[in-house]
Amino acid sequence: MSDILKYFRQDRLPHIWCPGCGHGTVTGALVRAIARLKLDKNKVCVVSGIGCSSRAPGYLDFDTLHTAHGRALAFATGIKLARPDLKVIVMTGDGDCTAIGGNHFIHAARRNIDITTIVMNNNIYGMTSGQYSPMTPKGFLGTTAPYGNVERTFDLCKLAEAAGATYVARGTAYHAQMLVDLCEQALTHRGFSVVEALTQCPTYFGRKNKVGGAVELLEWIKDRTVNSKAAAVLPPEKTAGKLLIGELYKNPQPEFCDEYDKVIAQVQRKFDGFRGGVRGCEQNSD
Amino acid sequence: MPSAKLMQGNEACTIGALVAGLEFFAGYPITPSTEIAELCSEELPKVGGKFVQMEDEIGSIAAIIGASLTGKKAMTATSGPGFSLMQESLGYASETEVPVVIINVQRMGPSTGMPTSPAQGDVMQARWGTHGDHPVIVLAPGNVKECFDLTVRAFNLAERYRVPVVVLTDEVIGHMREKVVLPDWKDVEVEDRARPAAPGGYRPYEADPDGGVPLMAPFGEGYRWHVTGLFHDETGFPSGKAEVADRLLRRLDRKVSKNEPVIRDYVTESTEDCEILVVSFGSSAMSALSAVRRARREGVKAGMLRLKTIWPFPEEVVRELSKSAKAVLVPEMNLGQLAYEVERTVGCHAPVVRIGKVNGDLFRPDEIHDKIMEAAK
Ligand SMILES: Cc1ncc(C[n+]2csc(CCOP(=O)(O)OP(=O)(O)O)c2C)c(N)n1
Repeated sequence: MSDILKYFRQDRLPHIWCPGCGHGTVTGALVRAIARLKLDKNKVCVVSGIGCSSRAPGYLDFDTLHTAHGRALAFATGIKLARPDLKVIVMTGDGDCTAIGGNHFIHAARRNIDITTIVMNNNIYGMTSGQYSPMTPKGFLGTTAPYGNVERTFDLCKLAEAAGATYVARGTAYHAQMLVDLCEQALTHRGFSVVEALTQCPTYFGRKNKVGGAVELLEWIKDRTVNSKAAAVLPPEKTAGKLLIGELYKNPQPEFCDEYDKVIAQVQRKFDGFRGGVRGCEQNSD
Repeated sequence: MPSAKLMQGNEACTIGALVAGLEFFAGYPITPSTEIAELCSEELPKVGGKFVQMEDEIGSIAAIIGASLTGKKAMTATSGPGFSLMQESLGYASETEVPVVIINVQRMGPSTGMPTSPAQGDVMQARWGTHGDHPVIVLAPGNVKECFDLTVRAFNLAERYRVPVVVLTDEVIGHMREKVVLPDWKDVEVEDRARPAAPGGYRPYEADPDGGVPLMAPFGEGYRWHVTGLFHDETGFPSGKAEVADRLLRRLDRKVSKNEPVIRDYVTESTEDCEILVVSFGSSAMSALSAVRRARREGVKAGMLRLKTIWPFPEEVVRELSKSAKAVLVPEMNLGQLAYEVERTVGCHAPVVRIGKVNGDLFRPDEIHDKIMEAAK
């Protein structure tokens, strides 16, 4: 325990999350993975957008950046490219990542920039009190889907893979140990890695949909998922309509910052050290 | 060694940025600003800097804020439609006090407008485009050389006050080629943000409530601080307390308002005894100056005030120069935006005449000359 506590800003607790919220479980899993890898606190940077989930970095003892709704990956891209030696992690919600931040998400994946993205998918907009999100299953209720959601959801992991992410996994707050492993794998992967973490929102999703409290929601998550390895040998009727969990895709590819560094190595010139010196212009404008 | 070169405004902006220490550029192509991105993509890797073409302008400004947080000098360049998209994070940079430079090469709007035509319709957007009261500094070059000078200055002011600084040029200034003599790089004054000495006891937003600028630690150096667009106290963590919000917003505002006399930058000609004062900026001011000179030759006491700093607006200067004026003329390529400020400042001392041009063409000097002669009657 003590080795994970040192990664928390304990003086920032208690957190803002509701009783029974799964965001703490996911945050705990990420920190356990960081502790296992013994990452240097001074070389980790955690970036988030806006939402309940995006409040997580405030409790973590790293350089932390709480940005604007949906923009975490764009800010993180600037940080990572400017300081490729830092371990950059993005914590985001399903709305933050797939609705308002969808464009940044697919492009960060396409670049294969070395950022680990943890998507806390509670199938709802929690912070604004329960509107439907792009991850609210069809037919389910939200405060803006009073007659049942008519829209379809993304398959977030397939989206990430298709967009170019080179490590993709899905875990859940129910399978907490597995989630630690997946976070660990994602953190050690060089390239754009995504862990979709299914998590529960008892306050809005559970109550509105009469699924129940935290325990019932965790059961619901368990029932709608199946381990990808088990699924490979199960008859199709046992896996139909279920979400696969586990490591879903891994395909190491050249990483964006590394590729850019190759360009620098090719074109960088010798300068006289003075930053205004001969840098930049005259000698360079050929 | 000072060197003479024929160059474009956009090129001069880029060189100014490089001399000021630019290390990171993120942008999205848009006419008439694209040359800046193109040049940065070519020059930055040569000095070990980074260029990235983002998916949109929302991402571009976000990425430069991220880079600036690691201690690098960062910039983006855009035009109207992109500048609109940047407003969200321009406010973020103001609230979190992250220095960034945004070059806005104005084109005709609203909307897609006229992509290759000059305009000056973003004067108010540059000041008030993002929601909430917020500090921002806006500089307006009037020729190619000033694109260099004011981009350097933009970085210096951004670093000194930890605010976003907008360099507001336009299609004509950006694309015009002039012979420019650039100073020896070593003679260019370059400022860097003040940094804390060591991580121990770092309070990221501790500063004199009367416009003080807190010390800024780079990410990745052991400070482990928190940055948020929520109202926050000296520790950087969110606070919902009324007095905390009030103190922060007033301090942010005072950073710029208190230092207006220092940020102020303008040029005058023949204003000592002028009866017709012409106030302008950017490419409109080129035509205006020629009109003022002609009127003078014809015996009319016309004078010219050209603003190089638009925001904060130099009220004192305008008030002083307009004291003896019979009329104040404000030619600008919009329907009267700078004129609002001039009217507010001049009050009832003299009539303020708006000379707006919004057809995508530059002013012809005689158009302004006619108005001067009319006012002098
Ligand atoms: C530009 C913008 N639009 C809307 C909002 C309001 N808003 C805040 S959080 C949020 C949804 C968050 O949902 P999600 O990302 O799923 O995270 P959760 O709160 O469920 O963890 C919205 C719509 C905002 N802050 N900014």
